[in-house]
Amino acid sequence: MPADRSHNGDGAKKYVYYPGCSLKSTGLAYEESFLAVFQLLDLPFEELPDWNCCGATSYMDIEEDSAFVLAARNLSLAKSSGATDILAPCSACYLVLRKAEDYHRRYPVIREKVDAALKRARLEPLADNCPHVRHPLEVLYNDVGPERLRAKVSRRWEGGPIACYYGCQVVRPYGEVDNPVNPVRMEELLEAAGIPTIEYGLKTKCCGGSLTGTIHEVGLRLNYVLLKDAHRRGAQAVVTICPLCQFNLDVYQNEIRKDTWPSLDMPILYLTQVLGWVLGADFQALGLHRSVSGRKLIREWFSRKEEESYV
Amino acid sequence: MEGKIHFQPQEHPSKVYLQSGDIISRKLRYQREADPVWARKITSHPGCERLFSCIQCGTCSGTCPLSLYMDYTPRRIVALVREGFRKDVLRSQTIWLCASCYSCAVHCPQNIEITDLMYTLKREAIQSHLFPKRFPIPVLAREFYELVRRHGRNSEFWLVLRMMLKTNPLGLLGMAKTGWSLIRTGRMSLKFEGIQQIRQLQAALEAAQEGNNHAG
Amino acid sequence: MSDNGGAVRIGVYVCHCGTNIAGVVDCRAVAEYGATLPNVVISRDYKYMCSDPGQELIQQDVAAHKLNRVIVASCSPLLHEQTFRSAVAKAGLNPFYFHMVNLREHVSWVHESRTEATRKAQDLLRAAVRRVVFHRPLERHSVGIHPGVLVVGGGIAGIHAALTLANAGKKVYLVEREATIGGYMAKFDKTFPTLDCAACILTPKMSQVKSHPNITLWTYSEVAHVDGFVGNFTVKVLRKPRYVLEDLCSGCLQCVEACVYKQPKFSDEFNYGLGKRKPIYMPFPQATPPVVLIDPETCIQFKSGRCKQTCLQACDRQAISFEQKQFTEEIKVGAIILTTGAQPFDVSKTPYYGYGVYPNVYTSLEVERLVNASGPTGGELILRNGRKPQSVGIIHCVGSRDENTNRWCSRVCCMYSLKLAHLIKERSGAEVFNFYIDMRTPGKYFEEFYQRLLNEGVHFIRGRVAEVTDWVLDPSEEGKMVIRVEDTLIGTVRRIPVDMVVLSVGLEPHADAQEVRRLFNISCSTEGFFLERHPKLAPVETFTDGVFLAGCCQGPKDIPDTVAQAGAAAAEAMKLIDVGKVEMEPNTAYVVEEKCSGCRTCIPLCPYGAITFVHDRNVASINEALCKGCGTCVAACPSGSIKQNLFEDEEIFSEVEGLLQTV
Repeated sequence: MPADRSHNGDGAKKYVYYPGCSLKSTGLAYEESFLAVFQLLDLPFEELPDWNCCGATSYMDIEEDSAFVLAARNLSLAKSSGATDILAPCSACYLVLRKAEDYHRRYPVIREKVDAALKRARLEPLADNCPHVRHPLEVLYNDVGPERLRAKVSRRWEGGPIACYYGCQVVRPYGEVDNPVNPVRMEELLEAAGIPTIEYGLKTKCCGGSLTGTIHEVGLRLNYVLLKDAHRRGAQAVVTICPLCQFNLDVYQNEIRKDTWPSLDMPILYLTQVLGWVLGADFQALGLHRSVSGRKLIREWFSRKEEESYV
Repeated sequence: MEGKIHFQPQEHPSKVYLQSGDIISRKLRYQREADPVWARKITSHPGCERLFSCIQCGTCSGTCPLSLYMDYTPRRIVALVREGFRKDVLRSQTIWLCASCYSCAVHCPQNIEITDLMYTLKREAIQSHLFPKRFPIPVLAREFYELVRRHGRNSEFWLVLRMMLKTNPLGLLGMAKTGWSLIRTGRMSLKFEGIQQIRQLQAALEAAQEGNNHAG
Repeated sequence: MSDNGGAVRIGVYVCHCGTNIAGVVDCRAVAEYGATLPNVVISRDYKYMCSDPGQELIQQDVAAHKLNRVIVASCSPLLHEQTFRSAVAKAGLNPFYFHMVNLREHVSWVHESRTEATRKAQDLLRAAVRRVVFHRPLERHSVGIHPGVLVVGGGIAGIHAALTLANAGKKVYLVEREATIGGYMAKFDKTFPTLDCAACILTPKMSQVKSHPNITLWTYSEVAHVDGFVGNFTVKVLRKPRYVLEDLCSGCLQCVEACVYKQPKFSDEFNYGLGKRKPIYMPFPQATPPVVLIDPETCIQFKSGRCKQTCLQACDRQAISFEQKQFTEEIKVGAIILTTGAQPFDVSKTPYYGYGVYPNVYTSLEVERLVNASGPTGGELILRNGRKPQSVGIIHCVGSRDENTNRWCSRVCCMYSLKLAHLIKERSGAEVFNFYIDMRTPGKYFEEFYQRLLNEGVHFIRGRVAEVTDWVLDPSEEGKMVIRVEDTLIGTVRRIPVDMVVLSVGLEPHADAQEVRRLFNISCSTEGFFLERHPKLAPVETFTDGVFLAGCCQGPKDIPDTVAQAGAAAAEAMKLIDVGKVEMEPNTAYVVEEKCSGCRTCIPLCPYGAITFVHDRNVASINEALCKGCGTCVAACPSGSIKQNLFEDEEIFSEVEGLLQTV
């Protein structure tokens, strides 16, 4: 486990937050809820100024060296601001940045290319102390922990049981955020927060990622399988930590409904949305109004009843 | 064409037009088509070093969520690369169907980073103009690349728009409903803000590619 | 400078070793260089010095040129030092006037540049030429060999080795850590490829061991300490308490019947938890010795001190003794044979197959117990959920051939997977699928066994299983475990629903293999299996004289190979004992008493306990028989009064100066 190294001058932990392109558009609710949760948990953070797109899975299809530099510019900017950790909620951004950090360390050929390119652009080379790339799930689990989370819960969960969906890129290939084959940290956090979860067999099966947008029929089927199994095991909603997974599972439910499953209307929520709710944040602040599917259940589960308070 | 018999060596696979009107195919690989030098070059890329250790067990294909749709499963791609059948590999749909889920790399008993191999092959396919031109995935990748190089960030709206215009313009109509539900929930904005220091980024990107004859 | 007062006359021989050395080193140039060195009378290069003509060449030159030193620059001394020393001795010269230079392992096998390699060879030769001037004639002394043999491990390997030796009239101690001998073979139902009943062929041997007058069988015992050297080992064996007096117990099992636990309640280790036992139990019906034992972890008497002790009362021979304590026996033996075996791959190291998550995923050894008539289900294939399977998937290579777990192929799994496929099909009529990467059937009648299985209707799917899951895509998969695999032969991904999954686990070294091998002062290879002296020509010897290996502790293997090795190890031990003495290397240390100040620095440093303090002379004294020539005391002595034969100061310094001469 990397030590908590993100200290600024006065000793308080300050996370550098890398949003990535999705969190500013289709994944807006993720940013909103993530900011709300971090504020409620007193975790100071700051958005990386002038961050650039990480390249996701597409840039690396075209060029390799510049793809690493594209990611590395963000790491360099973070390093120059004094940060030792950088937080990327979007799973694809997390993996791209983490891979850049790792390959820079392991492959001298890439290390030289990247640092030379950064120097040319008058950016600080990464050299031996590249900031460490982290994900909110791991930060919530390690830096906060289920017990501290439990202590800060101020609302009872009124919703149904949850299927925790991790997706691919957060748990593979780097198993630091959670175990690649059987991750359990989301379940542990949710259970500590009083939110029931089910045993979800497909929690790390791919949703298709960007393929749902390009070869739609293929991606749709992958999403169908995920939703079907969650339902089969008794979940009423799926909680995820990747904006693309959320998008795929959320936005195309009407097509699956039309085809084989008339009653499908499952809320697809971000981990930070459900945690933010039990921590006391309100509906708009958590971006709950931005869901496309499951809106009825969302309105039921996340309605503020004034007399409810959970000690 | 009918009934014509070719005795010269044919490009694989070749069609044989029978007098009856049926068409059958003929598949044969000549050793001159295999390029072992290219195979070795592929292994020099980060992640592809252990390619020759592959025991053809098929675990990668067994765990790949997209292998059902691939013309060559990941295992067969590795077998083809090792033997140097470059054109087959670069022309395949397989490499574009990879979702970068890393299941194969995590399961592989020989620790071959198959995902990195797929990236390497995708780059070469584009470089050599061997990719299927109307296939949405390489088109998306190139549009993504252009947008990021020009602005430093990416707009999902403009990206999808440009990709659909190039591959399936009529499909845009079918996406209208989805598009509307996104605008309605504030998840899609038409405006596009790039980064401030775009020159800085571009300088770094260009410096990275210097000295590369072929990208990647 | 030589002992006879005359000049030193050196003969130099540079070996080509075919192309092994000559392919990299210019041997002719090295030989020519040798001729220019001081005291060198004759310098030759030759293709194969270790051959008969090569050795005769040395002998002829010794006579013709009156040589009194011989240097052979060839391979490692480990291979041929003995050969050349004997050749030199036959020529009438003291064998320790011979010195060897390693141009193979130290030069041609590790360098590529011809010029650099040749120069290095010349440097090494020059150093040797300077050193050999200071060699003195030394004599080997012999020690006797104690005629007993210790066999550690009572599986089929240990049993066979012990019987072979005992039948040859040798005294054997067979020490086994479990309460019964028999090892893994006692757990099998049938053995491949003949489908012989394992117990039927094993138990006669087990009872021969028990009743053999030449074998002392100590079960539930472990080796605690080993001292000494070849022919003269002193071994301490810890006898663990069964709380039952072995000599009195007749194995009638009345105590088990009488136990306060009316029903067996505790997980039965022999059956891998698939069955139950009482706190007092016999490991399995044919256990040898046929003596029960009591498990203090589960017995009420031990846990609370208050039990009716019905077992004790039921025994009419008063064989039960709750007060029994462990004790240590000390024995002296001349040779030790290690037959400690291996363990099955620890399945918890691979999370992909659902072991421990889905109840009907089993390891192969668990299935062996299920199909065994004396097992927990009486030989019926009954799953943990009480049902019989209609379809079974057998997954080969679990834990093997995998960079993330064990790299090697475990050799036996393909064959036993075929055997299990046959037995499962026979017992239950289920549809059986074997998932393999390669089908490895190298032994006698093995391929024919595979043919038999092919024709019995077992499905063989070439594809390594990635995952066993329980999510369904098709209604036919409800309630089953689904195996998703690429059938690489047909060329498609398949989903196969099964009721039972069998994991064909590989073999790996025991968890405590490292502690065990250190007890006996032997090496292991990178995988952790005990290291043989030479993989092809000395598979049962180790680098420690007098300690031999047999069976899976040396590497995964099946029963025929294990028995063959056990016989070979027995032969090696017998050779030692029948020869009756062993010659020790004279490279021992000695104390120059005039210089010794009696500071005693050296005494605790000796790993072999060879140095004692002589009070009346106030000096240290080294027992030549125990000294192994490690050199520690020589280096540590503050007054430089300990010296070592073959590694005198002048010898070492002249060698160093010779190397540095061109620097």
